[in-house]
Amino acid sequence: METEFAPSAGPEADPSSRGSGCSLRHFACEQNLLSRPDGSASFLQGDTSVLVGVYGPAEVKVSKEIFNKATLEVILKPKIGLPGVAEKSRERLIRNTCEAVVLGTLHPRTSITIILQIVSDAGSLLACCLNAACLALVDAGVPMRALFCGVTCALDPDGSLVLDPTAKQEKEARAILTFALDSTEQKLLMSTTKGLYSVAEFQQCLAAAQHASHHIFRFYRDSLQRRYSKS
Amino acid sequence: MAAGFKTVEPLEYYRRFLKENCRPDGRELGEFRTTTVNIGSITTADGSALVKLGNTTVICGVKAEFAAPPVDSLNKGYIVHSCRVVPHSPFFQTVPNVDLPPLCSSRFRSGPPGEEAQVASQFIADVIENSQVIQKEDLCISYGKLAWVLYCDLICLDYDGNILDACTFALLAALRNVELPAVTINEETGLAEVNLKKKSHLNIRAHPIATSFAIFDDTLLIVDPTGEEEHLATGTLTVVMDEESKLCCLHKPGGSGLTGAKLQDCMSRAVTRHKEAKKLMDEVIKSVKPK
Repeated sequence: METEFAPSAGPEADPSSRGSGCSLRHFACEQNLLSRPDGSASFLQGDTSVLVGVYGPAEVKVSKEIFNKATLEVILKPKIGLPGVAEKSRERLIRNTCEAVVLGTLHPRTSITIILQIVSDAGSLLACCLNAACLALVDAGVPMRALFCGVTCALDPDGSLVLDPTAKQEKEARAILTFALDSTEQKLLMSTTKGLYSVAEFQQCLAAAQHASHHIFRFYRDSLQRRYSKS
Repeated sequence: MAAGFKTVEPLEYYRRFLKENCRPDGRELGEFRTTTVNIGSITTADGSALVKLGNTTVICGVKAEFAAPPVDSLNKGYIVHSCRVVPHSPFFQTVPNVDLPPLCSSRFRSGPPGEEAQVASQFIADVIENSQVIQKEDLCISYGKLAWVLYCDLICLDYDGNILDACTFALLAALRNVELPAVTINEETGLAEVNLKKKSHLNIRAHPIATSFAIFDDTLLIVDPTGEEEHLATGTLTVVMDEESKLCCLHKPGGSGLTGAKLQDCMSRAVTRHKEAKKLMDEVIKSVKPK
């Protein structure tokens, strides 16, 4: 069981970050904490926590098999209640993001199953799910062409940008934008938004998210380095 | 000969067309299919619209009923989009019902809604909520006692790609077609009296129009993909634009990465589409003869 803790990626880490509101909350991750799945990770962002288990590449049902690629399945379990339509929608987002980075052609006619369990939700849930899923895929040793991370941006009614909003900030925000960015060129892999905003504001949020993703990718690198340098 | 090549190597067949900057059906990369709208065809519904985007056909029906307003917001009504309420879900769950029956495409089986239908339903619910098409306060008849509930159902009759654009267009057109009768609460009996002779349209505050793109080979963007194009694409993107170039939703469910510059092109295309679509809808609404 390996535990890694990240230093808070606050404004002191990068003096060129925009304004005092553009800092990410403290994040931490733990890998290889479950014994059954091939890979597992738990990602903590402030008070939001998600636990992910990855099984694969494994046997796939004949009805679901794809002849030249691996079949990705994502199951998202909410903290309370039964999964509903909103969960299905999020599963689709996470699955398509993973499909874009996972090298499925190396494991044709197999299945890779990603199971996410929401442990606590205090804002930026989808971004936390994406980060945890990426680390779990790395832990399972699934070949990927790039890493990806999730960043959430909230726009206040007065137009200021807040990265990685808490639940309270999300409720007061006029718009919430969640992005998934890849590690090689910070291209936009996935985007889902809520609320009204202008094109200029969107570009501004995307730029801020790309900037913040550097911190997250640095954290991935540090935590993996720490993990593999022990053994 | 071409048909054989298309079956064996569909992607290569497609690439040959894209190299010449056009598509198998003769369209340019940025061209939409012919859009036809028919409004008010369902007489039993309070509002209805049928939209055809090339071959993709979606019909939307809106029915209005009375209900007590939700306890936490006594001056608001509901827009309920799911008549097929899952047994354990709360009563006032506002999730639109987009139905993709086996009729529209061989990929759908009969039974509970599949993933595609659920994702489309959630998308439409988000668009309605984000764009504030109707203020829920407009649906209130009497504070704390009576409000309107609008049941909106969208059914796809023919699936040939770009279902999200067709659904948003159909829903918007149907909502503009809705005519609600005037309701007064009788002071003595406390019952509602409906005056079917005096009808008024809904107050539509926004006109969200969706524009969908498919991403090919990580670089090329084509507008309004057909069913085959969606299948071959490496990613999709849907931009929902309101008036004054405000974005209600930028839905990109994974797929190849895009840079900020490409996104900017998509948004400009969405702005032009918004103008065309709104003009079409205004013409159709004007041409509907009053009942």
